[in-house]
Amino acid sequence: MKTEVKLFENGKRLDGRKTDELRKIKIEAGVLHRAEGSCYLEWGGNKVIAAVYGPREAIPRHTQDPLKAVVKAKYNMAAFSVDDRKRPGPDRRSREISKVTSEALEKVILLEKFPRASIDVNIEVLDAEAGTRCAGLTAAAVALVDAGIPMKDIPVACAAGKIEDQVVLDLGKEEDNQGSADLPVAIAPRTGEILLLQMDGHLTFEEFERALDLAIKGCHQVSEIQKKAIASKYQSNKEG
Amino acid sequence: MSEEKREIVIPGQLIGDTKDKKAGKGTFIENGKIYSDRLGIINNNSNYINVVSLKGRYEPMENDFIIGVIEEAMSSSWLVDINAPYPAFLHSNDVPWDVEFGETEKFLNHGDSIMAKVLQVDEIKKTQITLKDRNLYKIKGGQIINVEPSKVPRIIGKKGSMISLLKKYTGCRIFVGQNGRVWVDGAEDGIKKVIDTIKKIQNESLSFGLTNKVEESLRKDSKDVH
Repeated sequence: MKTEVKLFENGKRLDGRKTDELRKIKIEAGVLHRAEGSCYLEWGGNKVIAAVYGPREAIPRHTQDPLKAVVKAKYNMAAFSVDDRKRPGPDRRSREISKVTSEALEKVILLEKFPRASIDVNIEVLDAEAGTRCAGLTAAAVALVDAGIPMKDIPVACAAGKIEDQVVLDLGKEEDNQGSADLPVAIAPRTGEILLLQMDGHLTFEEFERALDLAIKGCHQVSEIQKKAIASKYQSNKEG
Repeated sequence: MSEEKREIVIPGQLIGDTKDKKAGKGTFIENGKIYSDRLGIINNNSNYINVVSLKGRYEPMENDFIIGVIEEAMSSSWLVDINAPYPAFLHSNDVPWDVEFGETEKFLNHGDSIMAKVLQVDEIKKTQITLKDRNLYKIKGGQIINVEPSKVPRIIGKKGSMISLLKKYTGCRIFVGQNGRVWVDGAEDGIKKVIDTIKKIQNESLSFGLTNKVEESLRKDSKDVH
């Protein structure tokens, strides 16, 4: 039944990448007019839109924290984002991703400045091709900067994994399905602090360490693209 | 157009050392270094280093003049949207009218706009506003334009230079709220000119010598008319 796909050919991966190469990433800030901050991101075959609303009074009241703001990230996959239609609405997976994304973002935002408020981050996956949680978090970070929300750093995420006994950076779709492990990591690039770390599959300790190093290196590369996207939006906008 | 631009900083960008500068607004300190905490432009003010944000909501400050929109009328007070993270309170004691308990809707209702002053902001950011000051009243007629609150100082200009220019060349009545709402009333083409100019000011707020440029273009326009 199971068709074995060769994930490597003469040292290159299915899509011709090297083991430590990222997919193509395109980031654009400020794409939505009604949101206070927004971002459109393409990461290989992933297409993600993130929108930020707030800080605004947290509703319902019982979610308010009298001392600081709360971050309410909402990750949602469009029904048409995957090959088989996805049943719309929140499910176990998207609720988990919403939770870990909120927690990662809470670590960098200066929440004490907005007591009783909520910062709403909506992440919409329009097209999915492995690594959407990293793409979503990366897009959300740019949208937060675009919304003018005070933060200590711009968070960034990237995954590493293991396919055919090799540790590689940024798994593609086939690699994610056929591979043996996936390790998404989010960091604050200035301090190197880890904001999110999940693992799916099995890695030996040595493999894990190598994958983590690789993912963090990938994060720094993505971070540069993020910064460029923000700078180009605001510098070019002011040219007159 | 302009040669010089103000430098844009992003969150987490290193902007100075605590040895030479004091950390001002929009910054934070980590290990003796000063970093920006938001997207903005650097403003060196004597020995403080500040970051003025490019975007974001209005941060209420006491004695600011603002434009608010009534959200809700309660029995002895109103909730007013002032473009801040939280709605502001307007108590019936803080209005120039004699309001009976439960009759607040007779004076101000949902959707009405008012010019107001920030009376008090407490430590948990609860905001109170008042209508009891000179020239504060309910807005009747005219238009309200929304701008970025951080651009308000540019629209007003140094000692009100920009705003008096606008008033002089368009003959409109203008009130600029610190919270990023601008009220304009006057002739139709005057209003249009004000809106266009404010848009221009917003787009070019990073360049220097803006007041002169705006004056030039306004003068050119008024020549075309006459």
